[in-house]
Amino acid sequence: MITLQHMLTLSGLLFALSVAGIFLNRKNIILILMCIELMLLAVNFSFVSFSRFLGDLDGQVFVFFVLTVAAAEAAIGLAILVVLFRERGSINVEDLDTLKG
Amino acid sequence: MTPMIDPNTLLAIALLPLAAAIIAGLFGRLIGRTAAHVVTIAAVGASFVLSALVAWQLLVQGAPVFNEAVYTWLVSDGIRMEVGFLIDPLSVMMMCVVTFVSLCVHVYTIGYMHEDDGYQRFFAYISLFTFAMLMLVMANNFMQLFFGWEAVGVVSYLLIGFWYTRPSAIFANLKAFLVNRVGDFGFVLGIAGVVYFTGSLDYRDAFAAAPQIASSTIPLSAEWSVSAITLVCICLFIGAMGKSAQVPLHVWLPDSMEGPTPISALIHAATMVTAGIYMVARLSPLFEQSEAAMSFVLVVGATTALFMGVLGVVNNDIKRVVAYSTLSQLGYMTVALGVSAYSVAIFHLMTHAFFKALLFLAAGSVIMGMHHEQDMRKMGGLAKWMPITAATCWLGALASIGTPFFSGFYSKDFIIEAAHESQRWGATYAYWCVLAGVFITALYTFRMIFMTFHGEARWGQGGAAHGHDDHGHDDHGHADHGHGHGGGTPHESPWVVTLPLVLLAIPAVAIGYLTVGPMLFGGFFGESIQVLPRNDVVAALASHFHGAASFALAAPTHPPFWLALAGVLTAWWVVIKRPHALDGLVAPLAPLRRVLDNKYYFDWFNEYVLAAGSRGLGRLLWKAGDQTLIDGALVNGSAGLVGVLAGVVRRVQTGFLYTYAFWMVIGLALLLGWFLMRA
Repeated sequence: MITLQHMLTLSGLLFALSVAGIFLNRKNIILILMCIELMLLAVNFSFVSFSRFLGDLDGQVFVFFVLTVAAAEAAIGLAILVVLFRERGSINVEDLDTLKG
Repeated sequence: MTPMIDPNTLLAIALLPLAAAIIAGLFGRLIGRTAAHVVTIAAVGASFVLSALVAWQLLVQGAPVFNEAVYTWLVSDGIRMEVGFLIDPLSVMMMCVVTFVSLCVHVYTIGYMHEDDGYQRFFAYISLFTFAMLMLVMANNFMQLFFGWEAVGVVSYLLIGFWYTRPSAIFANLKAFLVNRVGDFGFVLGIAGVVYFTGSLDYRDAFAAAPQIASSTIPLSAEWSVSAITLVCICLFIGAMGKSAQVPLHVWLPDSMEGPTPISALIHAATMVTAGIYMVARLSPLFEQSEAAMSFVLVVGATTALFMGVLGVVNNDIKRVVAYSTLSQLGYMTVALGVSAYSVAIFHLMTHAFFKALLFLAAGSVIMGMHHEQDMRKMGGLAKWMPITAATCWLGALASIGTPFFSGFYSKDFIIEAAHESQRWGATYAYWCVLAGVFITALYTFRMIFMTFHGEARWGQGGAAHGHDDHGHDDHGHADHGHGHGGGTPHESPWVVTLPLVLLAIPAVAIGYLTVGPMLFGGFFGESIQVLPRNDVVAALASHFHGAASFALAAPTHPPFWLALAGVLTAWWVVIKRPHALDGLVAPLAPLRRVLDNKYYFDWFNEYVLAAGSRGLGRLLWKAGDQTLIDGALVNGSAGLVGVLAGVVRRVQTGFLYTYAFWMVIGLALLLGWFLMRA
């Protein structure tokens, strides 16, 4: 029997995985974008789980909003990425340290 | 009907010289030389005539003492700052002396300065000085006294540095200025003390409050306190020490001889330097209340009288010998103040003003006649060439050493008698100092006379007789009177120079004989000098006094007469009779000579201890306080601390996205954790 605990644990694992992906990744900025997407999906997953187990459709409606925002964000993120690549010739995370104090 | 003193007359006395100074000073170039001396001499002459008129009204016609304000400058917190005049016998006598000597010096200046570029400037200065001095002596309040005090100081500064292109003159006027600042600091504190206790600047209020000040004390710490009147009087006297050149603030006066001779006579001998004496006499009701302050005055005066006279014996610069003589005589006056014989001090001030101005002007005449040579070793035998100068100088010298019937005799003898009579602490020391001073005075005065006017002529020897030693020479910058330099024969000075000499010689000889009775014992000063009965040495002296003539005839029964005679004979013997008699003593006395040549090391002390010490202190504060503490620790230190902190904090800013994300997550976790723990 699959319970809410299992679902939320999976959701948490996915989220932690994506956070770890952001920290550990030193090479590619695309991976960061993907990890962000994965984070959002983990959140969506918990929305859906709550919706299913509480019998309330609001959670699923909210998932659509999140997906929409995620799509928009991915589009903008990739666009920035392209511009960045044109500008710097690299999308290596290690190279992007202009904020360094 | 008794006449009243008209305030307009008093204003005219003070302001005429000021107006003349402005005309000669600001428009001097426009009006030319003759007009400059005409206008200033006319103004000072009018001042003298009006002063004499006021003196006549006050002393002969019996006009009441004038003590009123003529102008209120400002009122601040109940303290009125006014211009006012106090015309009583004391101040009217000073006015007459000041204007008379000033008039003589004005006339003399025509001859002395006639080739100097700064002719109009000089007349403007001495007229301005006359104005300032008159304001000082006529004041009826401390503020005006202080104004006059500082104004004469400024003019003195300007005149010592009159030849401003000479470094020695600039050094001397700066020295005079700085030393006087020390004195004036004390003076201001003294005035502040008076204002603190009386809430008024007026003499009248201060005198009325004197017993009340005497009974109060000023706490210095929890246990220590000092009598208020003693502190106030000593502070005021420190002002007098600066202006009247008492040890140890005397160092500026010998150097002030850098100025032209007429002002040495007017300012640094006859009038300005006696301002301190006048001030103490004027404030006698205050000083009378404090035995301790009077003992201080006494000891300082006695020290000055003897030890500064000794310096005159070894000096070879004719003006400096007279300057040391002035110091010594000021010491005599201070001794008289110290034993509460104020009237004797003022009497000596008056006689001294005449004979010392005479000696200075005669010295100036000699300097002119010698083509601006000041070294007495290069003079000698001048009496034949400059008979009028020599005769008047002799009279001045005789008055100075206290020859019976001459003016200095009466004043000086009474100072000695008063010191003898006094029971005050220090009076014995003072008595022996002034007694020994008589011998010293006679010695240096007649050493100067003999070296200058008698003996063999030492000028014209060895080609250019213009040896330049370390003293500044009183050359005009135009040291050419139509003769050659140095080799020319001495010549008598023109009439504008000799006339003042003769005019001054008359009072120098006679004023003592004429006025000693009324001034000292006839109640001349009335209320203007107040002496407590227990201190009244002058009254004690009165019992010995039976008229000026009999007092003079009794002189041989007193030691000062024989001491003076011994001094003259010693001078004659050493200078004329056996010039080399004492050569054998030179080697054994060399250390003493060195001490005297260095003027007791006062200058050395000031230069290497006080000046170097304060420079060292300044450098210490600059290096340790300013550079290290303020600049180093506070200013740069706080900036450095911020820098170090920022250096640490900036390591947080790696510039990598994942670090920021990491911190965000950590923060989020912490906030969430805190939120959950709370719940």
